[in-house]
Amino acid sequence: MIPAIVVFLYLATVLYIGIFAFRHARGKEEAEDYFLASRSLGPFVFLFSLFGTNMTAFAILGSSGHAFNNGIVTFGLMASSSGLVIPLTIFLVGTRVWALGKKYGFMTPVQMFRDRWECTHIGTVIFVVQAVLLVPYIIIGIMGGGTTLNAISGGFVPFWFGGAIVALVVMSYVFFGGMRGTAWVNTFQTVLFLCFGAIALAVIGIGMGGFRSAAQALQAAPATSWLLTRERISPYYFFSYTFIPLSAIAFPHILIFCLTARKMAQFKKTVIFYPICILAIWLPCVFLGVMANRVTEIPQIREKQEARRVLATQGRTMDPEHRDELRDKSAGDDVIMLLLQQYAPLWLAGLLGAGIMAAVMASDSQILALSTMFTEDVFAFYGGKRRFGEAVQVQTGRLFIVLITLFAYIVALQAPETIFELAIQYAFSGYAALSPLLIAALFWKGSTKWGALAVTVWTASTVIAVAVLQATVPAPAPGPPTVLWVPGGVEILTRTPGGTAVYGFMPVVPMVIGSTLLMIVVSMLTQKPATSTLAKYFGGRKP
Amino acid sequence: MKKLLLVLAVVVLYVLHQDVWFWRSSRLVFGFIPIGLFYQGCFSVAAALLMWLLVTYAWPSHLEQEVEETDTREERRA
Repeated sequence: MIPAIVVFLYLATVLYIGIFAFRHARGKEEAEDYFLASRSLGPFVFLFSLFGTNMTAFAILGSSGHAFNNGIVTFGLMASSSGLVIPLTIFLVGTRVWALGKKYGFMTPVQMFRDRWECTHIGTVIFVVQAVLLVPYIIIGIMGGGTTLNAISGGFVPFWFGGAIVALVVMSYVFFGGMRGTAWVNTFQTVLFLCFGAIALAVIGIGMGGFRSAAQALQAAPATSWLLTRERISPYYFFSYTFIPLSAIAFPHILIFCLTARKMAQFKKTVIFYPICILAIWLPCVFLGVMANRVTEIPQIREKQEARRVLATQGRTMDPEHRDELRDKSAGDDVIMLLLQQYAPLWLAGLLGAGIMAAVMASDSQILALSTMFTEDVFAFYGGKRRFGEAVQVQTGRLFIVLITLFAYIVALQAPETIFELAIQYAFSGYAALSPLLIAALFWKGSTKWGALAVTVWTASTVIAVAVLQATVPAPAPGPPTVLWVPGGVEILTRTPGGTAVYGFMPVVPMVIGSTLLMIVVSMLTQKPATSTLAKYFGGRKP
Repeated sequence: MKKLLLVLAVVVLYVLHQDVWFWRSSRLVFGFIPIGLFYQGCFSVAAALLMWLLVTYAWPSHLEQEVEETDTREERRA
């Protein structure tokens, strides 16, 4: 019960920060203040809130769970590649979008696309695809909150109540504090979960009697030594993962955050320290996830290992439902919480639980981003702001926040979590496939609105195609994949235990390449925007 | 020349992420960190250093100037 009380205190603190931000902005019913904190964030808040916005529950719970079942490969797949690609895209794209936002008053990516490519309804199509890909995050955030509170309180707080509390707290500080409240809360949360990794590593390390013997035992046993290598992962698959972080800058909540910096110099620290922040959070979590395989005194961890063993040895002869059941049993998303319950004193487990909650509650920025997009790209664009004024626009944004949170909560209670976990997988690939939109808008004079439409339609179609394929063809057991399409003896399309592969690569690779080619080919065949528009974006530069 | 070297550095680091040379090694560094994990940790530090180089030598300061000029023009107009 003590850990649950600490977590509730944490939630109260977060709520207070949001309301404090509201007081700070009292009297300003301006859209730019509510949705972008008047473009006034300083370097410290900008770095930590931008980083925190991009770190979801997966950073702590998912990373250790993935490492528990897949070994050290998790860090190279998801962390170190992000540490290179994300700051690079912030450096190249984020700074340019910030400058354009300052010069022309853009508050959303779609506003910029509409102006850059002289389009109206194509912008609305981009808005719809972006919004649909963003909603699963909000739902999974509420589900994660309910599950975590339930686990931390030892089952005392039921899932529905935990989810409701998390939804209410997030909704309240986003509702009152807008971007300022969200940024301050994110900063507080990021500091908390940056501390989490180091403290958890120390506490669990002491509890396990040091990592040296555990690591050497894992290395010595043939059943576990592969966890310290990447021998079970194809280099093609590993390479494919470097395309996924392209999604970060295409996420509307990240791009909108780039508009909040007071000065462009604020990007400098963010770009430099981003890889270090990723290292500080992911390395301990991945390491602990791997080491959990040596813990024998926690029965739940032994059950997971047994499920994994049965799946690997007998999975081929089982029916798909039984395989899925075993996959769920072997999932390691709660290993870090199990380790903390075993080794940390109660009060510390509570503090660390608050750190986990901080990561789980990252859906705040997505809620605010959706609200900003709706009010700017739909309400204001189709005449709402002109007719009703800016104060009504802000109130509409607030109403939208309540409605979207309520919708997400209701769906979270009804639907199984795995559906949305899958949807998030598709969303990463989808947003990565949308990234050529930004590159083309900012760096290529020759790009056109029809090229942008082709990219958007391609992205939506491929995301749906992958989703349908994975829903109709059951995942095989660990081992060789199910081959689906072999033209001329070449294995083009396969269903793997973890998803789909196209010529051995993850779908994100052909999706991004297809988007890029479509942007180039369609733009070359269609009419360019007016010279005056191009001059706004490129000055006297040649195409 | 400076920009070309920086682009080359980005490409080299991107290639170095694919560390096939440690793919099957379970060797432990300092007796407890798997070599593949240690390498990728060092890769993250190298990425931070590369970002420092980019920020120091390729910062798009012309964008800042453009924004300042726009601000000044608007202030004068106001």
